[in-house]
Amino acid sequence: MALRLPRIGTSQIVALVLILAANWLVSPQFFDIRLQDGRLFGSLIDVLNRGAPVALLSLGMVLVIAMRGIDLSVGAIMAICGAIAASLADSHSLPVVLGAALAAGLACGLWNGFLVAVLGIQPIVATLILMVAGRGIAQLITEGRIVTFNSPELAFLGGGSVLGLPTPVVLALSMLALTLIIVRGTALGLMIEATGGNPRASALAGIGTRLITVAVYMWSGLCAALAGIVAAADILGADANNAGLWLELDAILAVVIGGTSLFGGRFSIILAVVGALIIQAMNTGILLSGLPPETNLVVKAVVVLAVLLAQSPKLGGHAAGLGVLFSRKKA
Amino acid sequence: MNFKAVLLASALSGALFSVGANAAELTVGFSQIGSESGWRAAETTVSKAEAKKRNVNLKIADAQQKQENQIKAIRSFIAQGVDAIFLAPVVATGWDSVLKEAKEASIPVVLLDRDIDPSGKELYLTAVTSDSVHEGKVAGEWLVKTAAGKPCNVVELQGTVGASVATNRKKGFEDGIAGASNVKIVRSQTGDFTRAKGKEVMESFIKAEGGGKTICAVYAHNDDMMVGAIQAMKEAGLKPGTDILTVSIDAVPDIFKAMAAGEANATVELTPNMAGPAFDAVMAFKAKGTVPPKWIQTESKLYTQADNPMAVYESKKDLGY
Repeated sequence: MALRLPRIGTSQIVALVLILAANWLVSPQFFDIRLQDGRLFGSLIDVLNRGAPVALLSLGMVLVIAMRGIDLSVGAIMAICGAIAASLADSHSLPVVLGAALAAGLACGLWNGFLVAVLGIQPIVATLILMVAGRGIAQLITEGRIVTFNSPELAFLGGGSVLGLPTPVVLALSMLALTLIIVRGTALGLMIEATGGNPRASALAGIGTRLITVAVYMWSGLCAALAGIVAAADILGADANNAGLWLELDAILAVVIGGTSLFGGRFSIILAVVGALIIQAMNTGILLSGLPPETNLVVKAVVVLAVLLAQSPKLGGHAAGLGVLFSRKKA
Repeated sequence: MNFKAVLLASALSGALFSVGANAAELTVGFSQIGSESGWRAAETTVSKAEAKKRNVNLKIADAQQKQENQIKAIRSFIAQGVDAIFLAPVVATGWDSVLKEAKEASIPVVLLDRDIDPSGKELYLTAVTSDSVHEGKVAGEWLVKTAAGKPCNVVELQGTVGASVATNRKKGFEDGIAGASNVKIVRSQTGDFTRAKGKEVMESFIKAEGGGKTICAVYAHNDDMMVGAIQAMKEAGLKPGTDILTVSIDAVPDIFKAMAAGEANATVELTPNMAGPAFDAVMAFKAKGTVPPKWIQTESKLYTQADNPMAVYESKKDLGY
């Protein structure tokens, strides 16, 4: 198995370390970790736990973006799958609940993939359809209310722990490992990079670009379904109006921070997850800092800008999606 | 139709006759915003029940969050010759011309839940709304009373930044605790009115305040954020309702479940019954010509664990929240 080590990534790791250090400055107990009811408890664990949904989304999103696509519907898919899981949780066994929710995610991905690969609709438009309609579907499932459940099995996926680590973190790590094995352990990763770099040449070279495109959108749907299940399990209920709201943008940002270009081609799965952690570390830091909430978005914007500038080729970093844009405008 | 004839007769009979008997056959058109929240759905359910109680024929038009649909619905109500129109306005401006049409047709309009731009004040009979500053004040006063002079550090979960309800509930709470120097807000962040964000923000508050030991009470601008915060406290090994007092606003069914379990202390009701007082105002106006005040403030009732929360939960759970 040829698991390639990321050749780039210095700027992302440095950014993460700097943000964690800043968090430590605003809140000296940031790195304190203790056991609470058999579960690790501390701000650092919060960063991992709260970052898990976006990390899951970024696992699908990074592959989609590497194919020169984009998936705006992941937030809505989260809402649909969370709604399905919560509605079934108290009347069905866990395998049925998970099976139904994950199948719904795959079906959503299939729909996106069909629109993009078969009908040739531009990805941003194709997935916009489900982004808008999907939340409506979720609201239909929940009849517009917050559907709560009592099933301890489903609740475990949000609030439980495995060997002290919160279940969402374990799920995200497992999905990360699975994605790495499937994509980097086979030639699939190479084919995705080739298709993203030049779809026509790749098709002529014999790569089944259409099939790979559909598969990648389905993977994104599956990851979103899992994120939706985690989000619903976390609050013991499905909130169709708010579950996963705007998280597609966080996932895209995580991928871009992770150095994957929006123009497709070379990608890094691990760095996309690091990107998700950077975003969450920043969010948690803002909450700990005691800054007035009116400044939340400004602080975020400044930090994201700094991280992306650090990757800009002009400033000696590596090419990121936005870095490329910046350099082109200036050239 | 016989019904139409009665209506016509009542219109013609004028002020000489008491129209009290006709109140039983009042027809009211209600342009509802839509069903964007559980509270809105409950308001629709309660309006139907209140109409039935008073033998009013209530016609509800769902505007799906669009003003043009509301204007269309009002015009159609005018064309149908209803006795009164209820309007839950989706925005504050742009109502002048359609409300003038209603006025020319001598159909009184009552605003429910939200007010409109001051320029149109003479165009409607009255507005039945809650006072969100007052809601926050009731919550603050409860906490001052409960803290009973002991020092009390409060963490606040705000609504969406910039939302008028959030601003008002914050201001009201600050007014409520203004006289008590022992009660002070030590942390305040936005939880966007959602359970997930309420939980996440509370997790951080607990860590920033020494594992929650220095927090005496949580104030949330809505119950949903409090439900999330209660989970965060439980996961941190704290006992919400005992170790940390809770007070929030809205009175949705789930907070009563938490209160029954001893995990929440108090909630201030944003009543879904806006239509009841509106029906009464319209009926008094039609029967005796009593002009109601321009603003009818609904009651912001405080519920605590002493108010039999399980019974309240049972009465509220089927309203559509």
